[in-house]
Amino acid sequence: MSEYSLSINGKKLKVDVSEDTPLLWVLRDTLDLTGTKYGCGMAQCGACTIHIDGMPTRSCVTPVTLAIGKEITTIEGLSENGDHPVQKAWDTLDVPQCGFCQSGQMMTAAALLKENPNPDEEEISMAMSAHICRCGTYHRINEAVKLAAKLQKR
Amino acid sequence: MKNNRRDFLKNMLLTSGGLVIGFNSLGNSAAEIISMENVKDELLSNAFLTIDSNNLITIFSPNPEIGQGIKTAFAVIVAEELDVDWEKVVVKQADLDIKRFERQLTGGSGAIKHSWERLRKAGATGRYALVAAASKKWNVSATTLKTDKGFVINEKGEKISYGELVNDAVSVEIPKEIPLKSNKEFKLIGQTIKSVDNKTVLTGKAKYGMDYKQPGMLYAQIVRPQGFGQTLKDFDATEAKKIDGVIDVISFKDKVAIIGKSNWPIMKARKVLTINWTNTKELESDTKHNQIFTDMMKNGPFEVRRKDGDIEKAFAEAHKIIEAEYQCPFLSHSPMEPMNFFADVKKDSAKLVGPTQTPQSAQNQVAKLLNIPVENITVELTKMGGGFGRRLNNDYALEAAEVSSLIKAPVKLMWTREDDMSGGIYRPAVRYKFKASIDKAGNVTGFALKGVGLNAGNSTRQDNFPVGAIENVLIESADYKSDITTGPWRAPITNFLAYAEQAFIDEIAFAAGKDPVKLRLELLKKAIEKPVGKITYEPLRFEKVITTVAERAKWGSAKKGLHQGFSVYFSHNSYVAQIAEVEMKKGKPTLKKVFAVTDCGIVINQSGARNQIYGAIVDGLGHAMYGNLNFENGAPKQTNFDQYRLIRFNEVPEIDAHFIDNGIDPTGLGEPALPPTGGALANAIFKATGKRLYKQPFAQEDEKVAEIL
Ligand code: FES
Ligand code: FES
Repeated sequence: MSEYSLSINGKKLKVDVSEDTPLLWVLRDTLDLTGTKYGCGMAQCGACTIHIDGMPTRSCVTPVTLAIGKEITTIEGLSENGDHPVQKAWDTLDVPQCGFCQSGQMMTAAALLKENPNPDEEEISMAMSAHICRCGTYHRINEAVKLAAKLQKR
Repeated sequence: MKNNRRDFLKNMLLTSGGLVIGFNSLGNSAAEIISMENVKDELLSNAFLTIDSNNLITIFSPNPEIGQGIKTAFAVIVAEELDVDWEKVVVKQADLDIKRFERQLTGGSGAIKHSWERLRKAGATGRYALVAAASKKWNVSATTLKTDKGFVINEKGEKISYGELVNDAVSVEIPKEIPLKSNKEFKLIGQTIKSVDNKTVLTGKAKYGMDYKQPGMLYAQIVRPQGFGQTLKDFDATEAKKIDGVIDVISFKDKVAIIGKSNWPIMKARKVLTINWTNTKELESDTKHNQIFTDMMKNGPFEVRRKDGDIEKAFAEAHKIIEAEYQCPFLSHSPMEPMNFFADVKKDSAKLVGPTQTPQSAQNQVAKLLNIPVENITVELTKMGGGFGRRLNNDYALEAAEVSSLIKAPVKLMWTREDDMSGGIYRPAVRYKFKASIDKAGNVTGFALKGVGLNAGNSTRQDNFPVGAIENVLIESADYKSDITTGPWRAPITNFLAYAEQAFIDEIAFAAGKDPVKLRLELLKKAIEKPVGKITYEPLRFEKVITTVAERAKWGSAKKGLHQGFSVYFSHNSYVAQIAEVEMKKGKPTLKKVFAVTDCGIVINQSGARNQIYGAIVDGLGHAMYGNLNFENGAPKQTNFDQYRLIRFNEVPEIDAHFIDNGIDPTGLGEPALPPTGGALANAIFKATGKRLYKQPFAQEDEKVAEIL
């Protein structure tokens, strides 16, 4: 075990974990940031997606050491009051069913819109197809990404 | 102050301990506190809501929410009859409370049908008492009063809030018959209402089972036999125990449990744990399953499920005979949140927290397993990351309880995705053989179905359409007791039977030279005019969804290059007809659109209902195309999403979801839109490519359609 200091959602936090621990388990088990979900542990489903220096990243396959000195954002830190355009759009269009995949979906959508404020169908599809929603909320995710792009411009 | 505190405690006890209260008032000044002794029994029967004197209205939703939208729908029904401001209502998931609620489970799309009346009465009783209290206060007749958004309003337009009336409302005498609103008076029901959980889900604050924590809690994972039919021989945990963060390795019931301070050390320990398993018998495989199916399809033993007329005679006199066999594999439920449960077992009590579709059965089973009085076991329901039937079985909750009792500590058991996918309770593998006869005029004279399943129980639905519309019928089923465990999977049995049957009826239509939609309507006409034996469906409702979807999709006059496939199914008391449209371009088929018309009676929440239709169709398409578990040495080869393919964002077609909404009492919607989907797709594929698909997953059955989504 070693001590690492991490910057998460704008806060400096210290954790004492072994060096190979994936960020996912550091966030969930050590820091109680349980909004980031475990779905597969092998970069297949996207439920664990967070931002590292703004890049959407699968925390289940990212060891803690790779995040040192970088800025980590989780769903809990996507916005202060739950009013990021993506969160607003997701609510307006009532996207979630069970909701388990949605933090990951929104983290990817938020990163996409930051990088590319006007994604076309193809670009949205490319980004969002990296995720699995077992409940099948894909139609509304599609609409929500487009709505979030509009909200972001205001 | 003393009194105040006593009453406060009593209220707490009553709300949390099981005795049911209609109205309470927590933590307010002495004057506002209600003396529970005076509360009428009738009001006490109102388990679903509380109103406090600050006008805070809380509605409790007792049934487990797995993503089907029940928490919101239930609350909408109560709020409708209570006539409150939806925006101000707080909706809470109620924990298991058998004294307070009936049928606190999620399964069979049965909750709405079961609870519709109860929920309405719960709301209406509250409203009645509040109106009566206001009528006394104003000294006017109750019939002159109206309610809206949590206020009682008199003829002068004066308003008084429900909160202000609570103290008087509790002593109102409640009659046996409480008037309910007419459908025309609905303000909330039928609107587009967002899920009450959006706020917490979208900010990452919602607590799923996996997120639950309690001080001093340990983590556990379990290594189970690799193949079904294996037992534990021995294990060596020397290396595993050396890993920092691992606390202990124990075994019970052919399982090895690793206990640790968090999940990652446990995962590492699993890799260095040496376990030897014993094969006590021949382990099952695809090859073995094939043999069993072939043998049993030929030799049975079959149980007759239904017999009408004389099928042999019908076949002997037939102008044409049509026969086909359909096959489907085992499937994993794979809800997005893998199985997990928290347990804190003490000598004589247990606290259980986690995701389950059947909390009461978890309570009973743990009581039996650990010999703890049922009344000393509490079950708290968390938010759940899907269920699809998997969480009807509490195996993982029992494991958590057992581990906690063995290590004498609170523990959170987590299954990895691999555990979840290889841990059994699958949708059973099934095969169906259909045989039908038609006469010279193209009428269907005989219909026979043989279902063979591996741990499928009765794999037929003997009283469902087209039974009842055909003179001579024979429905039989045979079941093999396999080591591979199975359980209900979203729309049990019908999730596959519907495809097989709807594809076969399409074949009959083709052989009879009839339009597939017309053939169904002809059959239904017979079921309306002169049904043969007992039927479970209402043919007129069936007919309506068929004609409506045909109209919406312009059946029979699709654009050039578009090929339509039709399917319709009745399950869980709802009717769903679908038309799938496949486009052929340069010899390559692509699924473009699915039209769905649903009759589930009154639609309670447009948004939730649509979500269920989209979700079920996407689910149905994905699993028909890709879903597959192959077995070797008693174990599934697919253990994670890299091999077990699920449908993704870029693969979903446009969906047109329409509801009949005929004002009939509502029925379930979590499942019924899934069964018809595979059939609509297969029939559209046939139109487009000329090839019939008899085996799921379709992507493996025919390379040409592998990319159709
Ligand atoms: S849990 Fe990381 S991608 Fe699935
Ligand atoms: S909403 Fe349930 S998995 Fe996406």
